Amino acid sequence: MSMTLPTALAAPAGVLSQGPAAPGTVEASCVATLESAVKRYGKTEALRGLDLTLRRGEVVALLGSNGAGKTTTVRLLLGLISPDSGRVRVLGRDPRAAAARTSIGAMLQVARVPETLLVREHIALFRSYYPHPLAAAEVVARAGLEGLESRRFGELSGGQRQRVLFGLALCGDPDLVFLDEPTVGLDLQSRRRLWEEVRALAARGKSVLLTTHYLEEADALANRVVVIDKGRLLREGTPAEIRHGVSARRIRCVTRLDPHYLSALPSVTSLQRDREAVIIYAERPEEVVRRLLLEDDSLHGLEVSAAPLEDAFLALTGGGAHQTPTGVIP
Amino acid sequence: MSANTLANTLAAPAAAADALRPLRILLKETQYELAGRMRTRAYSLSVIGLPVMFYLLFGVANRGKPGALYLVAGYACWGVVSACLFGIGLTLALERAQGWLDLKRASPMPRLAYLGAKVASCAAFGLIITVVLVLLGSSLGGVAITARQAAELAGIAIAGSIPFAAMGFFVAYLVPPSSGPGIINLIYLPLSFASGFWMPVSMLPHWLQMVAPALPTYHLAQIALAAFGMAPAAGMALHWAVLAGFTVLMLAAAWITFLRSEANS
Repeated sequence: MSMTLPTALAAPAGVLSQGPAAPGTVEASCVATLESAVKRYGKTEALRGLDLTLRRGEVVALLGSNGAGKTTTVRLLLGLISPDSGRVRVLGRDPRAAAARTSIGAMLQVARVPETLLVREHIALFRSYYPHPLAAAEVVARAGLEGLESRRFGELSGGQRQRVLFGLALCGDPDLVFLDEPTVGLDLQSRRRLWEEVRALAARGKSVLLTTHYLEEADALANRVVVIDKGRLLREGTPAEIRHGVSARRIRCVTRLDPHYLSALPSVTSLQRDREAVIIYAERPEEVVRRLLLEDDSLHGLEVSAAPLEDAFLALTGGGAHQTPTGVIP
Repeated sequence: MSANTLANTLAAPAAAADALRPLRILLKETQYELAGRMRTRAYSLSVIGLPVMFYLLFGVANRGKPGALYLVAGYACWGVVSACLFGIGLTLALERAQGWLDLKRASPMPRLAYLGAKVASCAAFGLIITVVLVLLGSSLGGVAITARQAAELAGIAIAGSIPFAAMGFFVAYLVPPSSGPGIINLIYLPLSFASGFWMPVSMLPHWLQMVAPALPTYHLAQIALAAFGMAPAAGMALHWAVLAGFTVLMLAAAWITFLRSEANS
């Protein structure tokens, strides 16, 4: 990729502005931070003192149920709103300053985009906002918009629209990208392709903060998962660390044993039906499986697995762990 | 701190080279805002089409009479006001409600470029409507319009779009987008009627004649009619002053409603 001279100069300058103060420390690689951020809407506290750090080259997934404060967090980091107290810094600056936005890209949940403009025109307009934009052809390639350039936005399918919005987030060749529910409405193929692009961003040293409802997505993409609930940080760690937060293992099998009997077995935490099978969550799955095999010789379809990230998430947020239907995560 | 200074020093040449960037963004923003509105038939057909259709009905019916000249000025004002109220009041309300404005605000787009493009597009539509009406008037309307009068009316259409664009900003933050068109019609149709866009104020009921001078649209109509010698030229300074005051009032009101919506977003 060719770099113009000003980009080449600006990039190390950004590093230097934090580098000499604390060389080699964690601080040096911070690209975005929230410090005890509080945001109220009337009497509702959307954020109650949230701390969040995003480091260079990192993909962070922000998880939380509806109303947990995900969107408020993203809006604060984008400088669209101001915190009632606390501090927000993005690339060493207050995000409300226009200068901070030249190195940021955002994909927000937009219900409608001016529909009569062509895809090519939308890209040209967004590129014009940035001092060192990505080449239009590069935006088209990365967002998978080949062949759609001369289509009106209004003529695109839902998935194609999402891809245009992703492309607009890349127009400024940003160092930091915010993706709010980026793959909603995408088919499987488009989703995988967008994942590849997110990984490619991280590989180039860019940082990505994404919010998602698909825990599979957080699992596949994120170096770090941040779980928030009711405006507070609940847990953060790698997807594996978060998953380990839930000690129960998941046992799925088809059995004729009585559910009441099953739920009374030692270490069983919960139980649910999944079509013809039952799913048993147990702290010590070996004991449970031994009893199952011993007492039901017709038992079949046995699977034992770690609880998926979704269960860990639900357990953390108190959203009724193990109560939701399975099948969301294969 | 010293590191920040270093960063600023390094960024300085680039900043100097890009002094014209906001202007370029404004032009590009205006270009696409105009293109988008032209292609939005619901907008372009009604905003340009209605005055043209009415002129073909009522202007041509008064062919060669003062009425045909009067309606060129009156309908030009009507076009300017509807271009502004629908073009800004409605589109900005929608773009705000649908999240598009947030995406733009999260980019380094200068806010003034966004707002400026909206005003410039309204002025461009006002100009188009005026030119079409002048051409219709001097052909099918059978009235003599000098080049100077036409130029003056065009200038009035452009300048006149500023106060009503300001009103559009206020309306955008005032009306819920779903009921936008209805509310905007409720605002601008009575305004047009009572201000002499469609017929001389002297033909209106007496009480409306009393109310008219309180309306900003009345003052726009008087300025436009004076260009054709159909209104006293004496009060021009007052009319312009009223429009200027109205612009300031609307911008202030828009700013207050904007801040209030920010606080709740």
